[in-house]
Parts: sequence; C-alpha cells; structure tokens
Amino acid sequence: MKSFSYTIKNAVGIHARPAGLLVKEAKKYRSRIVLTINGKSAEAAKLMAVMGLGAKCGQSVEVEIDGEDEDAAMEGIKAFFEQNL
Amino acid sequence: MTKLSGKSVYKGIALGPVVVLKSKDVQVKRAKAEDSEAEIVKLERAIEQAREQLQRLYDKAVKEVGEASAAIFEVHQMMLEDEDYLDAIHNMIRTETVNAEYAVAMTGDNFSDMFANMDDDYMKARAADVKDISNRLVRNLSGEGDVDFSSMEPSIIVADDLSPSETVQMDKEKILGFVTVHGSTNSHTAILARMMNIPALIGVPMNLDQISTGMQAVVDGFEGEVIFEPDQELCAKAAQRMQEEKEKLLLLQTLKGKENVTLDGKKIHIYANIGSVSDVGYVLENDADGIGLFRSEFLYLGRDDFPSEEEQFAAYKQVVQMMAGKKVIIRTLDIGADKQVDYFKLGKEDNPALGYRAIRICLKQPDIFKTQIRALLRAAVYGNLSVMYPMIISVSEVEQIKAIVSEVQQELEEAQIPYSMPEQGIMIETPAAVMISDELAKHVDYFSIGTNDLTQYTLAIDRQNAKLDDFYDPHHPAVLRMIQMVTDHAHAEGKWVGICGELGADPELTETFMRMGLDELSVAPSMVLKLRKKIREMDLSR
Repeated sequence: MKSFSYTIKNAVGIHARPAGLLVKEAKKYRSRIVLTINGKSAEAAKLMAVMGLGAKCGQSVEVEIDGEDEDAAMEGIKAFFEQNL
Repeated sequence: MTKLSGKSVYKGIALGPVVVLKSKDVQVKRAKAEDSEAEIVKLERAIEQAREQLQRLYDKAVKEVGEASAAIFEVHQMMLEDEDYLDAIHNMIRTETVNAEYAVAMTGDNFSDMFANMDDDYMKARAADVKDISNRLVRNLSGEGDVDFSSMEPSIIVADDLSPSETVQMDKEKILGFVTVHGSTNSHTAILARMMNIPALIGVPMNLDQISTGMQAVVDGFEGEVIFEPDQELCAKAAQRMQEEKEKLLLLQTLKGKENVTLDGKKIHIYANIGSVSDVGYVLENDADGIGLFRSEFLYLGRDDFPSEEEQFAAYKQVVQMMAGKKVIIRTLDIGADKQVDYFKLGKEDNPALGYRAIRICLKQPDIFKTQIRALLRAAVYGNLSVMYPMIISVSEVEQIKAIVSEVQQELEEAQIPYSMPEQGIMIETPAAVMISDELAKHVDYFSIGTNDLTQYTLAIDRQNAKLDDFYDPHHPAVLRMIQMVTDHAHAEGKWVGICGELGADPELTETFMRMGLDELSVAPSMVLKLRKKIREMDLSR
C-alpha cells in the first residue's frame, strides 16, 4: 500500500474535466486508488464520486494506492496531480 | 406587446420568430418488466447509441465553439461510463423489476440532486449535465431520436431550460437567440451562448403556455429584456441595432492579430484591465498585448478571512500561464475603508479616499503584504509577471517596499522555494507622486498612471457627487499636463509609462496620448480593438 498527500493548486479545484482525466488515468492501473478530502473518500476510478468530493483549491487530498502495480500507479497519479491540479 | 426581464448572458440584439421548446423528459412511466436481462440489453444499446451521439456533438462543438467548451460532451461520455451510475441503474432494473426508462430517469434524478445540493456553484451546475445524459438515454430507450432542428427557419428559442446538448445541436445559422426560464451563468448553455455570440437571457419569468411558436420577439441582451409581439417602432429600432452590431463585430474581427501602429509608424502597447481570473478569456479574445492592470482585490473581497499564500499563488500562476508569455501586471491589494472587508478591521473613516488604504495598510501590516509578495514572486516563475504598487506618495514608501521584497526574496532563497524577481512599478495616482515623479523614476521600473483617482485628487471633486458634474472635466488641462510631466520624467530615466485609468480608453484623447509619447494604454477588454482601429488610422506626421 502506498500513499501521498497533495495540496490542490488549481484555482477551480477538481472540476469536471480534470476529474474525467483523473478517472481515465486511474483506470489504467489495477490497483485500487482512493482519494480522501476532509474525511470524505472516493475511488479515483469513479467519476461522479470524485466530482462529488467537491475538492477546492488549497485543500489537501490523501491518496491511497493498493495493488499489484501500486508503484507505477503512484507515479502516474502523482504526475497527473502535479500537471493538472 | 409584453416585456419581461431576465439575466443577460451575451450582449447582443435579436429580432425574429419564436420557437417554443417543451421539455420532452416529463412523461417517464414506471412499468413492470419481468425480463430484467432484456431491459439491461436495451440499456446497453441505448448507452452505445448515446456514446455515438455525444461523439458527433463533441465534433460539432469543437468546430463551432472550440475544444474547451466542447469538452463537456467528453465529460458526458465519461459520466455514462461511471460505475456508480451504471450500477445504480442495473440494480434498480433487477431488484425492482422495472423498465429501463424508469430506472434511468430515477437514477438520473438522484445523481442530479446530489450535485444540486453541493455548495459549490460549479458543481451545482453539473446537476444539469447529469439530467442531460439521463434524458438522452431515456429518449434513446423510447425510440425517439435527437431533437431535429434542421427544418427550422432562423428563430429565437424559448424554453424552460436548455441542456448543453440541445444548445450545441442547434444549427448556429438558425438560432437568433435563447430565452429560458431557468439556467445559471455558470451553465454550459450560458458559456456556449457567449462563445457562439448569440444573445441569450436566462431567469426570465415566462409562462410558456402563453407563448406560441411563430410569435415575434426582440431579445435585448444589453438591457436584459425580451419583448414578445413588439410594435412597429421597436421592430425597426431592433433591426437597425442588429445591423450596427453585425458591422461592428465584423470590423473588429479583421483587426485581430494586427499591430497597434500609426500610419507613420508610431507604436504603443494596448493592454487590458481585469478584476478576476475568469476575465482572462476576454483579454485573449480581444487580442490585448497583455494585462496592464490585474486588480488583486477579488482575492480579498467577499470572504471572512485573509486569502492564504497558496490560494493567491494558484490564482496568479493561473493567469500568467493563461497569458502564455504576455505581460501580466498585478497590482498589490488596493483596499480601503470604503470596501466591505470586516476581517481587515479597518474601522470607520470619514474620508476613506484619503485614508488608511492600499500600500499604507501593506506597510503598516507587513505580514499581509509579505504573503502577497511571496505568492507573486513564486508565480513569476510561470510567465511574464510584473508587480505594481498603488497609492504611492513618496520615495521612502518605495524604499520600504523594496526592503520588504528583499526580505521575502531572502526567505524564499533559504527555504529553496523557486521564485523569480519580477519587474516592479508604481501607480501614479496622487498629485504628490506626479510632482516627484522625476525622483520616483530612479527607483522603479515603470509608472502606470491611475487617471481616475489622480483626477479626483487633483480637481478635488468626488465623481459620485452629481451636483459637481458641471465642474468636472475629465480632460482638464491640469490632468493632461500631469500626464505629460510624468511621461517625460519616466523617459528621462529610461523607464516606460502607461495609463491604466479610464482616460486611457477615451477615443478623444488617443491622438494626444500618442503625441505625448506614452508607451502603453491599459483599457477594458472590449475597448482594445476599438483603440487599435483608431491608432491604425492615425497619422501623427500631419
């Protein structure tokens, strides 16, 4: 199991487009990826749930990754956050 | 003749026959469906059909309104693939043995309600997106195809609300305007209407039963009004205005990408003034060379506490990145007792214009200032950022500012946080600054003349006081002389000078400013191309 924290820098937070792209990225991996913000959790592969988190700029998101390709997934998801959020 | 008011989404005029769209999603009947697996198969087919429809819509939207706005259809496709959404529909079909249409409609409503209940405006508007894709599936399941607009003559669409797909599906050539009872300025309908340059009104309290297809109407996006069955006079006026708008738009489109240069070769930068991140779109649309004044107050207003460094950094970074190398001049906070910022604890002042405001707050409360400076220096890495300090009256203030900036630089170095030193300039908006501008020019990289406040302080006139209108002359020679003086002093030290006040956009003064030798005018985005036209037609050698 791997995890990391990320503080959202995008002024609009996680809105529809990056959420959709995040879901696409998450689906590439077999590991289970869970995002948690302020106690609310959502699987990164579920678009509605991710959007439902209402993640805003300045908020810190905990990312937990568990599965056989967790190393690759961690790199991929971390890079995604840094480039888009 | 009936006149109704609403919120305008795009400033344009339309005159034409109305087409009333009744929403088709009302009648979904719950029916028992014993063969759940058959319903699931129907559902899968409807989803596949929807994917194809959305792809077509996406392609059409990309061509007509650009990729960023078209992206919503990609999101719709992704929503259709969402496990939670699909699982919920499958479950309902199986456990309640109901028909697919009902399961989709109910699930759609549930998810839509979830978004509608979120307290983020952007997310609230997504409720409409969920409704849209659910309606699409229901229509596909009941065998109705997409709404067919092709046989329509150019009309004004009147509806309760419009989904993004309905808005894009329509043939642009056939739509003169939109008028809806509901809708939000954040909705895709609004965004698309703006991008398609179609006059649109939302939030108009209409009774759709009293409006019929074929009725004439005028949509006035300037006044935010729709007039059904207008009289002869109104029709004539509207037609004339439509013609004028059309000509203006066409002319302006031909000026995009052209230089701000006179017939005899004199150049000037035309930048834009904005007050929020969302305005950057208008800056780019109107082809400004840069942003001459980015008012940072929006970060401080309408909240209970100071904006954090991260929040500020994110906003500044976003703007400089969007401007992709074009200059962005960000003015440090220019707040006073006349604004609503209780958490600043400024207290009541009798003369807020002459009071504890702007740079004075920053120098007396350096913690607030340093947070902003840190965010600005960090954001400067990502583009062409320039910092401007308001309300300066003395060289000593500039020296204090530089000392603070130096401290911030030191702190960032020690913490090994990436930053860049931006160009730093000051606003000349006080008579004091004008009189010592020869000295000030030695200490800063540029001046930007804030003519609004400079005129008030110089003429000793409160612009809000209508009684003084007879005494107020925006072209007062005192102000013009000051501009010339400041320009000469700046150039003597090899520094550039611009105007960011309203006077910069005054077409009667453009030639004067060109002759004075100003290097930059920063104006409202909508004025950029108008000024360009004026300058390109000017010959200063005459």
